[in-house]
Amino acid sequence: MERITPLLWLLFSAGGTVAAFFIPIHLFLTGLAFPLGWLEAPSYESVLRLMGRSPVRLYLFVIISLPLFHWAHRFRYTLYDGLQLKHLTMLIAVLCYGAALLGTAVTAYLLWTIP
Amino acid sequence: MNVGPHYTLYHPRWYRRRVSVWWWLQKRSYTGFVLRELTSVFVAFFAVVYLWQLRALAQGPDAYAQFLARLKTPLFLTLDTVAFLFVLFHAITWFNLTPKAMVVRARGKRVPDWVIIGSNYAAWLVVSAAVAVVLLRG
Repeated sequence: MERITPLLWLLFSAGGTVAAFFIPIHLFLTGLAFPLGWLEAPSYESVLRLMGRSPVRLYLFVIISLPLFHWAHRFRYTLYDGLQLKHLTMLIAVLCYGAALLGTAVTAYLLWTIP
Repeated sequence: MNVGPHYTLYHPRWYRRRVSVWWWLQKRSYTGFVLRELTSVFVAFFAVVYLWQLRALAQGPDAYAQFLARLKTPLFLTLDTVAFLFVLFHAITWFNLTPKAMVVRARGKRVPDWVIIGSNYAAWLVVSAAVAVVLLRG
């Protein structure tokens, strides 16, 4: 654990930066503007056409995976400090980073399978 | 022989006050800190929604239509509103901290904090507009 701590901090800050720059606009569009009819949601065909360009898939991979590692790192400390669970250090760390790794694997798999 | 202090059988006990799980409600700055830490939950929420969208796209047009319809339900509109506010809070606190995390020097002088923060906000605006244009043009 000690040896990979710098890597975990790096993923935390990279993920935090990606999340700060990209997630607000995506959540605003997908979560509010499209469902409320303020703007028209892109059709299935146009989304697939967009994803036909490989930078878009890479982009989606980055904005899903890195923020997951940001979450894992920050949430881990939230559990320690907020709920005073210091004695469960190892279990919490494994669950948090494990979930981020799993999410990354699923993202890669789905991006691979989409036609 | 035994000149040291005489210890009893019982272990010495430190005086430690039990801190309530709600310690962070007692002061505004503490509350702000915990709310900032909780933004990570909504960052993860976004990732889950996008994974769900990817799965719908992989399954076909019907699944995608169902995904769009599901987002119109009050439950998801509420969740998305809360998540959007928390993610905004994350972005603002993150940008405001950048000069503390990253000291930039130009011509031997330290670049003032407001320049670093300002350029982050400017970049944020450009990035958001670009994402919106690409998504809306299809």
